[in-house]
Amino acid sequence: MSSETLEIQLIAAVVAVACALPGVFLVLRRMAMMSDAISHAILVGIAAAAIFVTEDLTSPLLIVAAAATGVLTVSLVELLNQTRLIREDAAIGITFPALFSVGVILIARYAGDVHLDTDAVLLGELAFAPFNRFEVLEYDLGPRALWVMGVILCVNVVFIAFFYKELKLVTFDANLAATLGFSPALVHYGMMTLVSITAVGAFDAVGSILVVALMIAPPVTAYLLTNRLSRMIGLSGLIGVASAVAGYWFAHHQDASIAGSMGLMTGVFFALALLFAPNRGIVAIARRRASQRWEFAQTMLTIHLFSHEGLPEAEREAHVNHLSSHLHWEPDFAQQVVRNAERRGFIRNRSGRLNLTEQGREMAQLALVK
Amino acid sequence: MMLLELGKDLILDYTLRTVALGSATLGVVSGALGCYAVLRKQSLLGDAISHAALPGVALAFLFTQSKAPLVLVCGAAIAGWVATLFVIGIVNNTRIKEDSALGLVLSVFFSVGLVLLTVIQKMPTAKQSGLDTFLFGQAAALLERDVVTMASLGGMTLMIMLFFWKEFKLLCFDSAFGASLGFPMAVLDVLLITLLVIAIVLGLQTVGVVLMSAMVVAPAAAARQWTDRLGGMVVLSAFFGAIAGVGGAVISSSAVRIPTGPTIVLSISAIVVFSIAFAPNRGLVWNWVRSQRERKKLQIEVVLNDLYTLASQHADLQHSHSTAVLLAMSANRGNVRHSLRELVSLGWVENVNTDEWALTSEGVIKARYIAERQE
Amino acid sequence: MKNYSDTFAIEVEDLTVAYRDQPVLWDVDLNVPAGVLMAIVGPNGAGKTTLIKVILGLVRAAAGRVSIYGQSYSDQRRLVGYVPQRGSVDWDFPTSVLDVVMMGRYGALGWIRRPGSRERRSALEALDKVGMRDLAHRQISQLSGGQQQRVFLARALVQDAQIYFMDEPFQGVDATTERAIVALLQELRAEGKTLVVVHHDLQTVVDYFDSVTLLNVRRIASGPVNEVFTETNLRLTYGGRIAFLNRTEDQPAETQNIPHVIKPAKVENDATGIGERSNP
Repeated sequence: MSSETLEIQLIAAVVAVACALPGVFLVLRRMAMMSDAISHAILVGIAAAAIFVTEDLTSPLLIVAAAATGVLTVSLVELLNQTRLIREDAAIGITFPALFSVGVILIARYAGDVHLDTDAVLLGELAFAPFNRFEVLEYDLGPRALWVMGVILCVNVVFIAFFYKELKLVTFDANLAATLGFSPALVHYGMMTLVSITAVGAFDAVGSILVVALMIAPPVTAYLLTNRLSRMIGLSGLIGVASAVAGYWFAHHQDASIAGSMGLMTGVFFALALLFAPNRGIVAIARRRASQRWEFAQTMLTIHLFSHEGLPEAEREAHVNHLSSHLHWEPDFAQQVVRNAERRGFIRNRSGRLNLTEQGREMAQLALVK
Repeated sequence: MMLLELGKDLILDYTLRTVALGSATLGVVSGALGCYAVLRKQSLLGDAISHAALPGVALAFLFTQSKAPLVLVCGAAIAGWVATLFVIGIVNNTRIKEDSALGLVLSVFFSVGLVLLTVIQKMPTAKQSGLDTFLFGQAAALLERDVVTMASLGGMTLMIMLFFWKEFKLLCFDSAFGASLGFPMAVLDVLLITLLVIAIVLGLQTVGVVLMSAMVVAPAAAARQWTDRLGGMVVLSAFFGAIAGVGGAVISSSAVRIPTGPTIVLSISAIVVFSIAFAPNRGLVWNWVRSQRERKKLQIEVVLNDLYTLASQHADLQHSHSTAVLLAMSANRGNVRHSLRELVSLGWVENVNTDEWALTSEGVIKARYIAERQE
Repeated sequence: MKNYSDTFAIEVEDLTVAYRDQPVLWDVDLNVPAGVLMAIVGPNGAGKTTLIKVILGLVRAAAGRVSIYGQSYSDQRRLVGYVPQRGSVDWDFPTSVLDVVMMGRYGALGWIRRPGSRERRSALEALDKVGMRDLAHRQISQLSGGQQQRVFLARALVQDAQIYFMDEPFQGVDATTERAIVALLQELRAEGKTLVVVHHDLQTVVDYFDSVTLLNVRRIASGPVNEVFTETNLRLTYGGRIAFLNRTEDQPAETQNIPHVIKPAKVENDATGIGERSNP
């Protein structure tokens, strides 16, 4: 493995973890689409700073400007929402295209003056990242992108570690947080600043759309696998890194876009979790349903017999032939359920006339109390 | 004179005419169908559909090796549609919420599209140029046949919308009631989403995947401020979309290096801002004026009531009191002197001495009425 | 209590409904004779709304059968009117009162056909009946809770049905509207219609309704109010969920314990409903 390959993967992995951290809270707070809005809207900040302030695309000023745009986006959405004339989803859908448009126009107007084009912002080009080195006193300290993202990752880690309790509280019960004196608004804007910084740091490595993929897909995948916040954060990071590395090698073999391949891999991991997650996966659910279907049918049978027991219509209701017509069961299925129930000692079958045993009566009562 | 020039250009200049017509068509179709998306709180679905259309475009090209707009639009529509089904499926069958499902599907589909585009790029047979216009849109490259395709597909979509007007209204307003009447709401739901998908993919070539969501959401959000009827909203929204389309085309043609798509989006955004501010009844300015008027009325009533309360401690209800007392009673809040002048001009209060005020007989009646109303 | 004659407006047999893995209704039997004004009463999560929705075909049953005048709902749809919960729709939707009421005719109109002057006329008549004619052209977001409920009732009235299902029509309405709704329900019953109403306020059951179904996942009891609405049955429904297990034993009839199982009534009812109500 050449050092270049290694560096690309390292950058990708750092970007993935840096994105996954704030992503977890976006997903849990049902604000996932804010990452989409912010990562697009920061184009204005990047463009404006690059045109009017500095020509260096890796300057920290750019990050400040873009982070400010991100917060501006959030405030604009909030402002529109507060007029109560436009709902939040519509407010998001209006705000970020408008800001993005301003960015595109700025870039188009000054295209000759800056080395910035919209393709690069949207799609990124990770393959070139290792060529931009970070040098201090002529010592090569590695790719600049790695340093930038490394710092952003640290900021994210520190912020989340420091405010873990507050974040958790605001995420799960904003009202309680407010009454306890933690300002949900402050935490909210802090979080959004993190999202903006991360998005701008990542854009020239992976592009803004992939920022969305890396912020949302790994946390959502982790969400299918665990119930604990701390585990969800850890898993998201792991899935992010796995997608990054797998994406890189996929791109390498198919000669395709690295950013796109990484996004594709986040989707693959999600699909795997969706199918095979131990409790919430489709396969697990289907298997559980199948066994529950029998269990449910048994219970239904005992309850049916129980509620007609001792009443005048019992003779009719408690007959095997009645089950398929009244409970809408296939005759075969009904037979099977009856046989199972008989074997387990819930009922007695006297040539079609079904009677509950004491055990069956108990089961029905238990189910009804539940 | 400038308008005349502009009119002449719009008719005679082939490129401008084509671009303006195409943008207007897109504005009308997405504006009209966007209303349903906004009303059903599916504003961001448009964003997901437009991003998700990218792999469809790429696949359509890979399979047919054709760049005919109809072929690419079909591919985009199928991908957008599948993406929507994924979103709905994920939301209905897992504990993942709608926003996450949208973001997930949007970004993963887009990534797949990106991978496919780079693959196509490297194929010896294909010149990929033309496909990436779908990314950012390239209105200037619109040809007459594109506009014809857009207009006929868009017209068909609008016809279907009008045809099922009543049913779609029921779906958006009260779907459970509709189902109890026997209409197959799930089928109507899929049909409406299909129409939205078509509206979105029609616009991709002009404004691109990123900006398309604005064309779905913004005209509808603006139109909602001006009217309280679905019919009015749809017509107005289509109109706003068309205005923004033509406006954007004209503005970007009149200056160098201003891309059309973003200009269209900024035009419609300006319409949104204007609507929020100035639309009668709902607009912010309107509301502000109304609340000012209310406040002033309330202040006047407070002063009148104070005078009445003071006077009722005397035998004569028209007993006069000084400004200082009234100021003290309202704790110096509100503009007491101004309110007194207003009351005098209404003929409810009279100025007895320089600084003494008394209720007129009409003022007593008014004050009594207000006091009773408050109880 | 149960007989199999064909005169029942609604017959529910052995109905079981489950959301995912969780049973919502267990083996419910219910026969509603034609011409009754029936309340469905039970605690939160008892499956009251679900029962209505299953009958209307909006929710699939895991087992059991529902019939309207002896036939399936889809054949008898025209005979049925439905008033969903007021909170189930977006009242900021850009439409007018009249327009919402005309939706009640959509079923009879069928596909594509638009409502015309005839539908308009019957909608206005219905609005007149609920005292809302003056507001016919108002946007629905400008209505109070009580007015919204009246609009929904008017919409059901233009359905011109034989059987009405109403989901908590008294939820969050003012006292005047509550009285108006009760009067309307009783008028409909007098015309021979059958009404099934999900109801929350136990204190008004006796005054408003002639029949009642007590429901808590299973049917506890159903029949005329004076026979069924007893303390014992209420306790079975609300209080001791364990109690019915020993149904062969007689319940000691204590008088104290009902209040704590009664869901706190809405403020309007407490303040005005009871004192001012005239007995039917």
